[in-house]
Amino acid sequence: MPRPVVRHQYDAVIVGAGGAGLMAALEASKTCKTAVVSKLYPTRSHTGTAQGGIGAALGNVEPDSWEWHMFDTVKGGDYLADQDAVEFMCQEAIRVVYELEHMGLPFNRTPEGKIDQRRFGGHTKEFGKAPVRRSCYAADRTGHMILQTLYQQCIKQAVSFFDEFHLLDVLLQDGRCAGVVALCLATGEVHVFHAKAVLLATGGFGRMYKVTSNAHTLTGDGCTVVFRRGLPLEDMEFFQFHPTGIYKLGILITEGARGEGGILRNGRGERFMERYAPTLLDLAPRDMVSRAMYLEIREGRGIEGKDYLHLDLTHLDPSVIDRKLPDIADFVRTYLGVDPHRQPIPVQPTAHYAMGGIPTNLHAEVLDERGQVVPGLYAAGECACVSVHGANRLGTNSLVDIVVFGRRGGQRLAQWAPAADHLPLPKEPEVMAQEALSRLTTNLGGESAAQIRDELQQAMMAQVSVFRTEAGLKEALAAIVQLRVRYGRVDVQDKALRFNTELEEALELGCVLDLAWATTVAALARRESRGAHCREDFPDRDDANWLKHSLAVLRDGAISLSAKPVTITRFQPKPRVY
Amino acid sequence: MLVDVRIKRFRPEQDAQPRWAAYRVEAEPTDRVLDALNTVKWRHDGSLAFRRSCAHGICGSDAMMINGRNRLACKVLIRDLRPPIVIEPMRGFPVAKDLIVDMDGFFAKYRSVKPYLITEEPAPQAERPQSPEQRERFEDTTKCILCGACTTSCPSFWANREYLGPAAIVQAHRFLFDSRDHGAAERLPVLNERSGVWRCRTIFNCTEACPRGINVTKAIGEVKKLLLRQSVK
Repeated sequence: MPRPVVRHQYDAVIVGAGGAGLMAALEASKTCKTAVVSKLYPTRSHTGTAQGGIGAALGNVEPDSWEWHMFDTVKGGDYLADQDAVEFMCQEAIRVVYELEHMGLPFNRTPEGKIDQRRFGGHTKEFGKAPVRRSCYAADRTGHMILQTLYQQCIKQAVSFFDEFHLLDVLLQDGRCAGVVALCLATGEVHVFHAKAVLLATGGFGRMYKVTSNAHTLTGDGCTVVFRRGLPLEDMEFFQFHPTGIYKLGILITEGARGEGGILRNGRGERFMERYAPTLLDLAPRDMVSRAMYLEIREGRGIEGKDYLHLDLTHLDPSVIDRKLPDIADFVRTYLGVDPHRQPIPVQPTAHYAMGGIPTNLHAEVLDERGQVVPGLYAAGECACVSVHGANRLGTNSLVDIVVFGRRGGQRLAQWAPAADHLPLPKEPEVMAQEALSRLTTNLGGESAAQIRDELQQAMMAQVSVFRTEAGLKEALAAIVQLRVRYGRVDVQDKALRFNTELEEALELGCVLDLAWATTVAALARRESRGAHCREDFPDRDDANWLKHSLAVLRDGAISLSAKPVTITRFQPKPRVY
Repeated sequence: MLVDVRIKRFRPEQDAQPRWAAYRVEAEPTDRVLDALNTVKWRHDGSLAFRRSCAHGICGSDAMMINGRNRLACKVLIRDLRPPIVIEPMRGFPVAKDLIVDMDGFFAKYRSVKPYLITEEPAPQAERPQSPEQRERFEDTTKCILCGACTTSCPSFWANREYLGPAAIVQAHRFLFDSRDHGAAERLPVLNERSGVWRCRTIFNCTEACPRGINVTKAIGEVKKLLLRQSVK
């Protein structure tokens, strides 16, 4: 039986209430009737878990420049980033950090009362000479402060929120966006949001992996709905593993811990990064550190020969840990019973960040397969691929990305939407969403979503993580194809309308299955190693054949891949040594 | 090992009253209570409803009453609890389903204290200066994740649901003691109302319940002192 349908009309709908969504909402609501649709209460969004800081060349504690920041970002991304977008981001970073401070964000301060800054992986002075203090931070809860501050501003500006609404579909008409369809979790009703413009800010999809820093809710819903509607996903093969996840749990230990002087050690007590990155050591970019850790473990130099290493903070002044890293100290005490003042922390790489996503230009406008703007559709933050992170994101740049492009997308939308019309909606715009919901709740197939999710996460962890091979990727692909068939037989036991979280989890599984599929197909095709995509059978970067973005499009039930050129302006590709 | 978990359940479409359900689940001593809830949901009964997201104590989704105390399910380990593990929704909010409560009233009170920086001064080109000492003054209350554990452990709130509650006062404190904020004149009257800070009887339940270790009672005391100083002037 179809669910009750509720209809709304807005100028702009923002989907997602993390940093990018809230920033966009603040801008859009200045000129447009705006609604924010979020599957979580806004302050629960994953931006809140970002720890170490936001990168901006303020130069508050030592000389810095946005050009150095740009160089580091391009080199960190193994030259796959689009340099016009990186240039824009690194310049804007300075302005948005001040803007956040003006909104009330409580940054840590220098003795002179300026925003304090600290070191972070891959951020250097003078084009790679030595680490630089560029990360503006608020203890080790910078993301929490950004999320709180932006939500506070939304309250001040009386932005309208639809909290705990799960995105089901994006409505496209003649190549333009006409709105979205969402499930109200509290009531089980289907809501159709008719809109002139939609900005997707739905975050990442680390939940396709078993060990991840990502929240349970990070399942790539926004990426999935556009992919199912035939729009491309870009650079899906690039997924970052953060070096320091708490062993087995995957909970993040900020790179700021190494920025403050923390050292990675193997089972012999060696500072093994000396062998892999002689200049930047433990502050090399994440892809390189994670690979070094895998190699140490593989060669039997894990702690007691096991699959983890140590993050050592014991030589730091205890007050540095207490003042600058209080939350991670609390995490390791709570979950491991480890006192970071006196004991090293067991860590392993953890699935952390999707460099790929919905292709956009630097105005956050979504692009189709031919590179044409899809009028009325915007994307920003982790769900988007501008691409500013290329093949590997630098630490602190995700927070830069969300505020810079959330803001830019919101501004662009605020200019465009007032003069635009509402497109007529199809007669039953919710029909696809209704069918998907009723399939899951009336199936008699006997498959369990939890079981399929387990198998998917294990296959992705085993074959599509830090090191990849053709044989392994083919194995993963075969498994995913089978799991997608089985997904068609999932039956949700809970038939209730209200707060049917079992149904929501099944919907989310459908998303991660599709995105894991696209990731694996793209990873199999790219026969080189670049940034976070490391093929053991093709260990070198191959600029002659592969200095290009990939686009994955769903067509007639299969994924077809095409290429998109990389924009190179200031920095020609060079070997990547740290 | 096997752990006994008792959960207070309520299905709004079927139940007139909440009922207790018992599960025996496989768990490691170092697992979080959230892991045990997930095991119930994924292996025993998919209809069990609870909120969760980050699973490490930052997003504030999974505050609930565990063995009689308000905590985040993701921040308490099985080994630290005496079995059976008894789980109920937070007390004092309407129950929507199982462990999910309706927090609309909670957030309305949060909004009522004007939880945003209020200042008339035009923004400078760069940052507004603030010394490390001024910054430290409100550090503790910036940690609040709006989980609701404090407010729903407060007997004054149970007795009178109009009371603003500790969480909203903590949020007000965060701005009242920020050297950049000039919103005291707008904010203090709300806190001085009958339903404001004076309902606090210094019971300390809130401080004990806070999963972020905020000294909530102290923060409320500081707001009270500020009000007294204002009235003397």
